[in-house]
Amino acid sequence: MLRSEQKPFEEIVGYLEGEKKIFILGCDGCAQASGTGGLPQVLEMRERLEEEGKKVTGHKVVDFLCQKALVSSGLRPLEDKVMEADSVLVLCCGVGIQTAAAMIAKPVHPGCNTINMGGSRGEWQGSERCMECGDCLLEYTGGICPLTACSKGLRNGACGGASNGKCEVSPEKPCGWELIYQRLKEVGRLDVMKKFIPPKAWNKMRPRPEMLSTSLWDIEQCDESIQEGVG
Amino acid sequence: MSLREALESGKFAITTEVGPLKGTDTTEVLEVAEILNGKIDGVNVTDQQSAVMRLGSLATCSILVQKGLDPVFQMTCRDRNRLALQSDLLSASVLGIRNVLVISGDFPTLGDHIDAKDVYDLDSEQLIWTINRMNEGYDLAGNELQGKTDLLVGAVVKPVSDTDESFELQLAMMEKKISVGARFFQTQAVYDVDAFEKFMKRAEQFKVPVLAGIIPLKSAGMARYMNKNVSGVFVPEDMISSMAKAEDKTATGLEIAARLITDVRDLCQGVHIMAIGWEKKVPEILRLANLA
Repeated sequence: MLRSEQKPFEEIVGYLEGEKKIFILGCDGCAQASGTGGLPQVLEMRERLEEEGKKVTGHKVVDFLCQKALVSSGLRPLEDKVMEADSVLVLCCGVGIQTAAAMIAKPVHPGCNTINMGGSRGEWQGSERCMECGDCLLEYTGGICPLTACSKGLRNGACGGASNGKCEVSPEKPCGWELIYQRLKEVGRLDVMKKFIPPKAWNKMRPRPEMLSTSLWDIEQCDESIQEGVG
Repeated sequence: MSLREALESGKFAITTEVGPLKGTDTTEVLEVAEILNGKIDGVNVTDQQSAVMRLGSLATCSILVQKGLDPVFQMTCRDRNRLALQSDLLSASVLGIRNVLVISGDFPTLGDHIDAKDVYDLDSEQLIWTINRMNEGYDLAGNELQGKTDLLVGAVVKPVSDTDESFELQLAMMEKKISVGARFFQTQAVYDVDAFEKFMKRAEQFKVPVLAGIIPLKSAGMARYMNKNVSGVFVPEDMISSMAKAEDKTATGLEIAARLITDVRDLCQGVHIMAIGWEKKVPEILRLANLA
């Protein structure tokens, strides 16, 4: 389980500057549960973007956006709508955004920040990883997370340590920034490399108190109340 | 002449570097300082190079200031968070250190304390940006400093790469580093002058001084080792065979270094000689390159 919250609408609109046609992608897994990327939020985002003068070519809520097979089968009937768009806005956790970016040959914009649940983990299959940093940078890195793809977690670009496309830390690990460069080149967004990413607010990565004391579906608290009733 | 004055005057700048030892013994550093004094424009002091724990760059730079040299305080982003980095920059300023070179830093697992926590709170670009804020009188958080810094900020670039992505990325990083305040560059060691020229053709548009890295070869084995293990170092085969055949390997190594300096002289704005134990031979290299 990854918990997300939508980025401020102004920030999202800023990402879409210069683009007219948008496809919106949501997720019926964690993002639906978080109330950030289920069908109601996707439809609301569609309405708000249309009010901003954008044309929304289509939308889709995939069951689990972290699963490449489901992304692929879910989008296949809508391929025309996706390819007609200038870009895809993804309302999901950092894993789903990266999966979408890996699957779709279009610029992908993150619509959510993934926030830290203080150690609670679900499981998923795939190579994308999200550190729940609470301040998603995927907009500027081709939909590949520099915190998890780069061993040093460098935000502004590569160090000088790579050899033959592999990281200095491990010859098995690709240089995350070379992957980011390739992706940005593929989707024609190399210009975002010029943007300076200011020092990161690491405090956004700390779990908020409520994340440490509640579970999403309240099962634990239900159990407690039953026990109290019996006792 | 200070390094800043040398770079601003447009003279072919010469820097070199010393690596502090693991321990409190500064004998070698003091001897090297004496020999280099007056012969070079700046001396870098490495910051726990290769992630091996050593005497600090800050203290060693301070010793060099006392000896009349103009040290370049190398700072990696690996070991310190933003509080420690900024505090050390203030410390450097009051100790008379005027130049800083910003580096990401080798990952701890490459060094001798492999269990260490890596930091990278700031990356190179963010640290360069921070130093320029401090030069303007503010810390990273926007608080006013009582007494600002006046530090010349340098950065590093790898001019020769084994993938197109890496080559383009290095140029993009260079441009970004300049945009946040880098005022000079020192490069990874150059052996292939044609490849370096290809890089400079792209880099010269930035109009920021580039000091080509020079590492004198000590043996053919050293060259092969670097080709295999050091990112961005590509020693051509004919140079390796010259070293293998040479009767006096020291003389040949110094001659090759001097020839490289001569060959890059019209391509860039200076050289940065990383002698790796041969610091005392730097004046000889300069003499062979007609720079002394």
